[in-house]
Amino acid sequence: MEMPLLDVRDLTVEFATRRGTVQAVKRVNLSIGKGETLGVVGESGSGKSVTSYAVMRILDRAGRIAEGAVSFSGIALRELPEREMQDLRGREISMIFQNPRAALNPIRSVGRQIADVLLQHGQATRANARAKAIEALTQVRIARPEERYDAYPFELSGGMCQRVVIALALACRPRLLIADEPTTGLDVTTQKVVMELVTELTRERGMSTLLITHDLGLAAAYCDRVAVMEKGVVVEQAEAAAIFRAPAHPYTRRLMRATPRPGAGLRDLLPQEAPRPADPPPDPRQGEALLEVAGLVKEYSRGGGLLGRLAGRAAPAPFRAVDGLSFTVRRGESLGLVGESGCGKSTTSMMVMRLLDPTAGSIRLKGQEISGIPARGFASSPLRSRIQMVFQDPTDSLNPRLTAARAIADPILRMGTARGAALRARVEELAGLVGLPRPLLDRFPHQLSGGQKARVGIARAIALDPELVILDEPTAALDVSVQAVVLNLLQDLKLRLGMSYLFVSHDLHVVRLLCDRVIVMRQGRVVEEGPVEQVLEAPRADYTRELLAAIPHPPV
Amino acid sequence: MLRTIASRLGTALPSLAGVVVVTFLLTRVLPGDPAAYFAGPVASPEAIAQIRAELGLDQPLLAQFARYLGDLARGDLGVSLTTGQPVLADIAARLPASIELTLLGLLLAVCTAVPLGVLAALRQGSWIDHLCRLVTTAGVSLPVFFTGLLAVYVFYFLLGWSPAPLGRLDSFMSEPARVTGFFLVDSALAGDGETFRAALAQLLLPAITLAVFALAPLARITRASMLAALSADFVRTARASGLNGRTVVLRYAFRNAMLPVLTTLGMVFSFLLGANVLVEKVFAWPGIGSYAVEALIASDFAPVQGFVLIMAILYILLNLFIDLLYGLVDPRMKEG
Repeated sequence: MEMPLLDVRDLTVEFATRRGTVQAVKRVNLSIGKGETLGVVGESGSGKSVTSYAVMRILDRAGRIAEGAVSFSGIALRELPEREMQDLRGREISMIFQNPRAALNPIRSVGRQIADVLLQHGQATRANARAKAIEALTQVRIARPEERYDAYPFELSGGMCQRVVIALALACRPRLLIADEPTTGLDVTTQKVVMELVTELTRERGMSTLLITHDLGLAAAYCDRVAVMEKGVVVEQAEAAAIFRAPAHPYTRRLMRATPRPGAGLRDLLPQEAPRPADPPPDPRQGEALLEVAGLVKEYSRGGGLLGRLAGRAAPAPFRAVDGLSFTVRRGESLGLVGESGCGKSTTSMMVMRLLDPTAGSIRLKGQEISGIPARGFASSPLRSRIQMVFQDPTDSLNPRLTAARAIADPILRMGTARGAALRARVEELAGLVGLPRPLLDRFPHQLSGGQKARVGIARAIALDPELVILDEPTAALDVSVQAVVLNLLQDLKLRLGMSYLFVSHDLHVVRLLCDRVIVMRQGRVVEEGPVEQVLEAPRADYTRELLAAIPHPPV
Repeated sequence: MLRTIASRLGTALPSLAGVVVVTFLLTRVLPGDPAAYFAGPVASPEAIAQIRAELGLDQPLLAQFARYLGDLARGDLGVSLTTGQPVLADIAARLPASIELTLLGLLLAVCTAVPLGVLAALRQGSWIDHLCRLVTTAGVSLPVFFTGLLAVYVFYFLLGWSPAPLGRLDSFMSEPARVTGFFLVDSALAGDGETFRAALAQLLLPAITLAVFALAPLARITRASMLAALSADFVRTARASGLNGRTVVLRYAFRNAMLPVLTTLGMVFSFLLGANVLVEKVFAWPGIGSYAVEALIASDFAPVQGFVLIMAILYILLNLFIDLLYGLVDPRMKEG
């Protein structure tokens, strides 16, 4: 067999923390051949990113390689002097990162950032650096590269920024590309474009790729071989096709089971058939309209400014974030609101939640018009308790200075319905409902895991027995195995408490698991609406088809 | 660019109007009767009443305010009762002294604080980090009159390296021909090396005293924002692309870290300009801070009003300058 391009042997990485040394990566063995794409898959904390930083030797100051050897085309990287290592980075091995906008220097034009790398590695001279950087931008198919050379990251979209990061990484024609969650946070259609671009460019140049991802679907679609990591250890490594056909390790099986995919129901995602309470009989009022939204419009004025108006210039036409949206949520129903970023789905949920005033249109809750109540006054309305929300980021949506119990009690205290022992009893009851162990109630958010924080957020949302709960991408920040549990929990709660959900998401597969009907949105309008099976199995709109085709999923 | 300046100045007008009203009211509310003060301790009530009428203090408040506004419109800030000079002339004579002192103090502070903060961030936990912490703690905790007096005691009294702390120039020297009002600049323009050295010698101790005080916030902000910049994602990208340490630290991290430092610099500058009264007192510096305090003690309205107004204008101009500078450094600021 030919010598691999990158060979990692028994790599162990340690981090010095306040509680002593922690091994983030334990005796990991990986190898990538020339032209091969290796996927490293795992959930947060599995050590997959740390492995790649160790290979690049860009661990932060607390981390160090404790053991093992890394060899790149015969060069021992661990022992290499920093000067020579620096010369390899970007020229022989380069990296692309998640959150591409943050990965670029915000106050330097993107073209000059590429030129910096070209100049550093002697691939360009002062005279031709601009031309070469423009060439690199052209190769990642950025339109009007001459103009984009002078653009700053904040002027470009997320997908465009990721292309710049790819251009930066590939500018010096390296032999190995390490892609660390390159599409996390991007829309599915953008993800597809970016991944295809990376695949095409690396294949064209005979490059090897190390793709680090939490998304099994992505790994299955783009990798030759896959290594699965759990808690710093590689538990399984095999051909991509083989690993999805016959996962050998229990962790891989669990991961695959938890990944939303066509043909799998909500209960299929859980590790095993856990005994569940029988679903209560359906609410007799089921089917009556709970929330009716009609002709909803939200406009934002675009610039102009006081001075412009004083100068007599006409204000530019306002931007319509939501453009005449109508839908109904029935009692006991879950309605999915799907679309890519900027489609107006979050604006819609904010208006229904009465955190934002609509420009026009009506929002009726149980037949009562609520769009007329100004957003700032709605908090004191008795209807406030009828609509509650579970937010996207379980960490950022909890006050870091409040304990879990206090966070759950917050809405009850605001409405003043209980206090003292009754309040504590209610909080404990809610914790029981969402499956949060009682001892955790007195912990602060930073002492809880992502899944536990999600449970706190859900308990808080249901504390006032709402009839409608808006779920704004409630699992987007969670690992797949946690997502599976949280989605099941939401379904159980809905059945038990007879709530209705308005589920806002970008992921059609997740929406399918929880929703009865789905609305696909684009540019503030409804593209398609219908029962979830019909929309996913036989989509009528081209845009829905495009969205569905863009979602990678494991071949099972 | 011109439009930005015009619109920023436009937004400053309401705050300026507010300052005019507040200073007027504040000086009227202050305890003490200027008429009684100027009539002297043995004056008869008639004499006091006469002085009050001369000063216009017997008029209703609104009439006094209207008169004040009319004077302001003509550029007349009134006459100081203590010096007998027009306030504008007094301030024009003293402002350069304060600005020269503050600018040199700030320059010294920036030249020390920024490298110190950057090095402390780069070598976290090293001796230079500890030095930075020591200097910033000392800077904020030692009051300026104490550092000033200590400096005078050591460098003038004990060592004799420094001239007597008695104003901007030795009393035997003559002031350089006035061009800018800054002695260092004026003497340099006149090609008078001797005066330049003498002015610098006088300036150095008070400037260092101010610098020690201004250093603390600057060094702290530099260290903190440099640490934030160094752990930012784009610095990781820069390192992963093989850029050398110098480029990463200076071109990527440092330039981004300078943004909050710039903001702090503006605040520290305007603070120093008005608050260096103590330093001016210790070094007998003929600046506007001591001028305003003396006027305040004497219940002399006009100089106090003039001082506050001039400071407000300076503050607005300074913030405008910082905003424009920010726009040059940070492309995101050009919009909006």
